[in-house]
Amino acid sequence: VTVVLEPPADPTLERRAAIQAAAASSLRRRKVSSSVALGVCWLFLAIAVVPLVAVVYYVLAKGLPAWSTDFFTQPTKPEGVAAGGVWNAIVGTMVITAIAVAVTVPVGLLCGLYLAESDSGVAATLRFTADVMTGIPSITVGIFGYIAIVRNFGYSGYAGAFAIGFIMLPVITRAGETAFRGVPHSLNEAAMALGARKATVARRIVLPTALPGVITGVLLAVARGLGETAPLLLTIFGNQFLQWSPSKPMEALPILIYNDSSQPYADQVQLAWGAALLLMVVVLVLSIGSRLLAAHLQKERR
Amino acid sequence: LTSVGTALPGPRGRGRRFSLPDNGYRAGLYAVALLVAALAVWFLVAIVIQAVPAFSTLGFSWIVSKTWNPAHGQFGILPFILGTLETTAIAVVLAVPIGLGTAVALAFLVPARIRPALSTTVELLAAVPSVVYGLWGLIVLAPVFHNTVEPFLTTAFGWTGLFGGPSRGVGLLLAGVILFVMIVPTMVAVSRDVIAVVPTEQVEGAVALGATRWQVLRKVVLPGARTGILGAFTLATGRALGETVAVAMVIGNSPYIAHSLKAPAATVPSLIVNNFGESTGTELSVLIGAGLVLLVIGVLVNSAARWLVWSTGTRSAGLELGR
Repeated sequence: VTVVLEPPADPTLERRAAIQAAAASSLRRRKVSSSVALGVCWLFLAIAVVPLVAVVYYVLAKGLPAWSTDFFTQPTKPEGVAAGGVWNAIVGTMVITAIAVAVTVPVGLLCGLYLAESDSGVAATLRFTADVMTGIPSITVGIFGYIAIVRNFGYSGYAGAFAIGFIMLPVITRAGETAFRGVPHSLNEAAMALGARKATVARRIVLPTALPGVITGVLLAVARGLGETAPLLLTIFGNQFLQWSPSKPMEALPILIYNDSSQPYADQVQLAWGAALLLMVVVLVLSIGSRLLAAHLQKERR
Repeated sequence: LTSVGTALPGPRGRGRRFSLPDNGYRAGLYAVALLVAALAVWFLVAIVIQAVPAFSTLGFSWIVSKTWNPAHGQFGILPFILGTLETTAIAVVLAVPIGLGTAVALAFLVPARIRPALSTTVELLAAVPSVVYGLWGLIVLAPVFHNTVEPFLTTAFGWTGLFGGPSRGVGLLLAGVILFVMIVPTMVAVSRDVIAVVPTEQVEGAVALGATRWQVLRKVVLPGARTGILGAFTLATGRALGETVAVAMVIGNSPYIAHSLKAPAATVPSLIVNNFGESTGTELSVLIGAGLVLLVIGVLVNSAARWLVWSTGTRSAGLELGR
């Protein structure tokens, strides 16, 4: 009697063969549909990138010719008068942003420190509040600035700084919390074992260690605050004259762009393009700078 | 631990600085935290109080009434609510497929060498101020829409009835398209982050089973990132709903319900920003009330978006981008 030794059926091999057969039978169709679908993705990438590139291109092409000595040194002039600039808007934006930063950075970072050190119900509520605040439509922040400051003290740079600060505060708080939470516990414990008080640990250990994250967060908040337009329209009113005092109505770059863009005079539209270029360059430099700085500090520490 | 810390002798000599005792430090931080919370409460209370007269004198019917004529005491904001929803819908309908396709292309198709540069570029464009997009839309895109895009759409799709009336350039369609350009970076950045969270093992498993790249994407990656993508979509919607100046610059600002995509219209934020300075009394209160409606919707949409994105286990940096 001859026994034919069939190899035992291996379920894995059988399954593999079935899969290969199924895959091969539809391979052509699947390959075609795959290339079509991926081609559509490439097309969408192009559609998304083209307008973004176009915005940057036009702002450069139309903004650069507006840049001149007068542009950076002269205040806005009445329609038809040549040699007007945006110096008043630059001053307004600088003063308003400086006040907002001076107030919100310490407050935001201390609040972030509190959030990083506490897991209580109060902290959870506050964390949620800060997150909700980042999602508030900016026009309502303008309404708040109007009710809180303008109604009582009139249109002023302070009112604008209040509104911009309100927008920057939650961003700085949350960025600060994330950065402070990243500091290794062992560092804290080592410092406390040496007898340091918590305030000393915060100043000498936590803040320096978390600095890259803190700087990134602050710069991003500033970049965001610089471009806000709607809150400023309701709080600083605009001012075609040079005004250094934040207790008076001021001009700002976003407001100048907004108002001049709809003017019938080519000079003013050109000023708007120049101001848009200036604003875009500053915002992009801050955004890119914050990334580079954070990466550099991170590398240096290792 | 704290009592041990304070009992030990502190550092002496140079470099010794005053340091708050621990309870003082804690109390100080707590005070700052309460200050921030108080600010948030003040914000809400101030707006609600100022909006109350609108509701107490006019009731709630003005929210759904369609005539805006403050000079005659008619404060219907329905045209503006519809304008807000329509521009947002145009922007989102365009941004979802295009943003998603871009995110997929950035995550899987673009050569690895240029991927970081391209991703960073898209993220940076989310930081460009909205007034710059508005300027571009008004000066560059509006003439193109007036001369080319709108006549073409009228010829090709006039039968749908969506493109009646003259082509003006500014109007609902342009506002929606500008919003689309503005929210695409957000959509892309968040989608890319949530797509990256899908486990590599699942992707490799699908490839091992003979799936094509598109099958991997459609059957594994996109379903795995579904919640996060929904979050990205919601976040982009929130941005579009609350955007003010870019829309106000290109929508034409007309207080009537638009019967065509080419018609000028207005949104709730553009209504507020255009009329706030000159209004007093009931009108001011109505504008603040409209702001309150916007605030409630904006906060709900944004919170939902955060919750959706976080539930995928990622804190997407895209959440902090832009407005």
